[in-house]
Amino acid sequence: MLAEALALSGVLFVIGVIGVLTRRNAIIVFMSVELMLNAVNLSFVAFSKLYGATGQVFVIFVMTVAAAEAAVGLAIIISIFRHQETVNLKDINLLRG
Amino acid sequence: MGNEFLPLLYSFHFYLFGLISIAAAIAFVTRKSPVAAAMWLVVTMFALAALYVMMDAQFIGVMQVLVYAGAIMVVFLFVVMLLNLGHPSELSDIRGKWGRIIAGFLGLALLAEIMTLTRSPLELKLVVPAIAVSVNSTGGIIGGVAGPLFREYLLAFELTSILLLVAIAGAVVLGRKRSAN
Amino acid sequence: MMLQEPVVTGHPLADTVAQYVWLLPVLPLIGFLLNGALSMKAAAKLGPNDPSAADHGHHGSASAGVHDADHDDAHISHDDHPVVRHKYAGLVSLIGPGVLLLSFGLAVAIFFAMRSVDMAQPYVDTLFRWMPVSDMKINVALQLDPLSMVMVLVITGIGTLIHIFSVGYMQDDPGYPRYFAYLNLFVFFMLLLVLGANYPVMFVGWEGVGLCSYLLIGFWFSDKANADAGKKAFIVNRIGDFGFLIAMFLLFANTGALDFAGIAANIDKLPVGGAVVTAICLFFFLGCTGKSAQIPLYIWLPDAMAGPTPVSALIHAATMVTAGVYLIARSSLLFSLAPVASLTVALVGGLTALFAATIGLKQWDIKKVLAYSTVSQLGYMFVGVGVGAYTAGVFHLVTHAFFKALLFLGSGSVIFAMHAAYHATHNHADDAQDMRNMGGLKKHMPVTWVLMWIATLAIAGIPVFSGFVSKDAILGAVFERAQGSTLANASLLGIPGSTLLYAVYAFGLAAALLTAIYMTRMMLYTFHGPNRTGADAESHLHEAPWIMTGPLVVLGLLSAVGGWLNLPEFLPLGPTGVFDKWLEPVVGASTARIAAGGGALAGSTEQALIGTAVAIAVAGIAFAFVRLKPAALVPKKDSPPSFGFAKVLENKYYVDEAYDKAIVQPVVNGSKYILWKGVDVGIIDGLFVNGSALLARALGWIGSQLQSGQIGTYAWVLVLGVIALLGAFVRVH
Repeated sequence: MLAEALALSGVLFVIGVIGVLTRRNAIIVFMSVELMLNAVNLSFVAFSKLYGATGQVFVIFVMTVAAAEAAVGLAIIISIFRHQETVNLKDINLLRG
Repeated sequence: MGNEFLPLLYSFHFYLFGLISIAAAIAFVTRKSPVAAAMWLVVTMFALAALYVMMDAQFIGVMQVLVYAGAIMVVFLFVVMLLNLGHPSELSDIRGKWGRIIAGFLGLALLAEIMTLTRSPLELKLVVPAIAVSVNSTGGIIGGVAGPLFREYLLAFELTSILLLVAIAGAVVLGRKRSAN
Repeated sequence: MMLQEPVVTGHPLADTVAQYVWLLPVLPLIGFLLNGALSMKAAAKLGPNDPSAADHGHHGSASAGVHDADHDDAHISHDDHPVVRHKYAGLVSLIGPGVLLLSFGLAVAIFFAMRSVDMAQPYVDTLFRWMPVSDMKINVALQLDPLSMVMVLVITGIGTLIHIFSVGYMQDDPGYPRYFAYLNLFVFFMLLLVLGANYPVMFVGWEGVGLCSYLLIGFWFSDKANADAGKKAFIVNRIGDFGFLIAMFLLFANTGALDFAGIAANIDKLPVGGAVVTAICLFFFLGCTGKSAQIPLYIWLPDAMAGPTPVSALIHAATMVTAGVYLIARSSLLFSLAPVASLTVALVGGLTALFAATIGLKQWDIKKVLAYSTVSQLGYMFVGVGVGAYTAGVFHLVTHAFFKALLFLGSGSVIFAMHAAYHATHNHADDAQDMRNMGGLKKHMPVTWVLMWIATLAIAGIPVFSGFVSKDAILGAVFERAQGSTLANASLLGIPGSTLLYAVYAFGLAAALLTAIYMTRMMLYTFHGPNRTGADAESHLHEAPWIMTGPLVVLGLLSAVGGWLNLPEFLPLGPTGVFDKWLEPVVGASTARIAAGGGALAGSTEQALIGTAVAIAVAGIAFAFVRLKPAALVPKKDSPPSFGFAKVLENKYYVDEAYDKAIVQPVVNGSKYILWKGVDVGIIDGLFVNGSALLARALGWIGSQLQSGQIGTYAWVLVLGVIALLGAFVRVH
């Protein structure tokens, strides 16, 4: 059971990574990151079945952080969209030094 | 229904929801429309919620549906629609052919590494947390999670509340339209 | 490694007063700390706004260097300023000589304890572990044996007298506490040098006395010439110290020990006459030529006379410059194994004795005469220890300490009087140290006159005076070795040892003649004939106060009767050979090894040698009296320039100039054109400094190209990084 759950977690995580790498829409990249977080949560839950409830506690923390991240991240995206009229990462290079 | 069918039923549902989540995830990354992608991601999250319940993490499963699939994804969809990103005239944001192929290979490499590592014998202290948490079955489903959360991890819990407060403040500041502009 | 452990247990000195041997050097160290603190306290309190500092410039802060110096020493005070003694002068006068007196008292007590026990083995007191590194276990340990006892008695005894003399001589100097602090520190290091039970501790003392010498030569550092003289002494000594270090390294590499007991136990590892032991001895001797002012490194000692005269007496005549002689006597075991090195020592000593004596003939500065005389006498000592007559060499060290300290302090007394006279007559132009400006001082300074004549007779080698006994022992030993010994059988640069030793003997005789001449010349020009100070100044000439003449009288007594310590057998005025017997446990075996193959001189030969030496000394003095006419001398400002060979001598054979052309200028030019303009500007600044800046800029440009601002690119790089990192983990498992 644990092995299968971890394998599933790894597959989902890699799909999230590929999403981050191949998409240029900031919101979809963001959602890919959420998928990666979910994959990690899955492994936490799988472990918690064997080693006690601590894994679930961490899932709660991850969710909290994800919620906070979504709030701030989306606010940033809106803010950028106001300036640039786009959320395409190709057109956003505000970090360029 | 005899008890001998239970493990089989369990396995069947486990693989079913696992395949659903993978399929929905693949659909999520390949959809052009952000709205469609978001909907497929919600499907993945539902499937994961089902898996959580099957792995005796009923509270987490409920949270997954309520907070993730419910609240967070709704916010995503809300933003997508607010910015009117689902417009068909929008060019595809997916990278070109070579970008996808290389990303695929990188993903495969990463997956191989993850698989190798999860199967390699790790030292127990790397797997089991240093803080010994007793599996508390008396407190029921929620009590099993709430016990360690409010005892061993109380400080971390309080800190996340501060994090949320900061996030709220940040979102408000960032999202406000500046009169100067 | 057992050998390096102390041999205290069971030594007959273990429970006597000798257990306080550590106090010997510590007492002067305490004196240094106290006097130094007083000096700094006084200096800290005087600021530029301090009325006393402003009014009497050079009487203010000593370390601030406010001091309008003359070109000579004995700065008593300056005309228009009232004499203001240092505020702590009284306290310092008590501490400075006081600690020395205590140290001397302790030394005497230990000496008497030592006399009553069998000193076949040295008494080693290990104070603490210093460098315990693997096989090398170096302790800070003090060694008491007859040789170090002799040195301790000389250092503390003569040191006490010179400290007392300094109280009078330096009384009005603004740097009075600083002076005594340095002097006490010097005694501390000098005692460490002679008491050290191993070469590293000895080296600490060796370097320490060099430091104090530097500080005291440049005591009046506001005058550039003095500061330069200090630097010269320091730098020339560095060359010698390099030799000392190399010798130590070689010694440790080949015997595995650096303490004297350990080396003696491992001496079999050094083959007799082998290249290693010869190299060790020659490198040690290089150190000696620096510290003890032998050819070719003697040039710093005459310049060292820029320091106060008591310093010249203590450091640059009686004690520090004899450290080289002590080193060779202490290493006699090694030198007796290396006949070639011993021959070199004797030859260099003989050459230096003659060479310096010729220069001494034509010097006008009274201290310069004595400086070259010191170099010459040190040459005699090296002849002694070179031919394996260690007791004779060390004995000459002792008697020389007596009469040369007396001569220097006497000259200090003369300079003191001359200064006072010039000061009283507001004469700034004339040099108080130039003998052409003196003359006829005997009626003004009769005590100094008599005492200095005693020292002159002693140094000239007139029988019964101390110098006669010690110098004759050295010359006799040279002749004896030339007739048959391991040295006579060895050869140096293809010349047989016996020939060389006869040459050294001839040098010694010639130097003895010249010594008698130049010393008599100095006495005649200083004390005899008409007075050339001028009528005004003459009336102000007077004898120094008792605190200065007192030490002179003691030294005069020692110079006269010091020979009694080691009377030769032909002069049975008392027990003979006391000093030889005293040093027997330390150097007896080495002397025997060098002397092997030869016999004692026949009685008739010995008498002939003594007769020759005495005749030469008397002839020298007589020659000076007949040929030199003090009456014909005119003051410095009226003297015509000399010409011919006299000019060469007066300019010290132009050795300083030759060194300047051959060594200093090439080094300066090499530093300037190759090191500065080539290496520094070209390679260091050009290649390294600017080059590294260019490299950093290029790397920065490449780095900035990576910062595209494209988050997508960053994500790719991030994933690649994660894959690489996980890949590393995969390989580990």
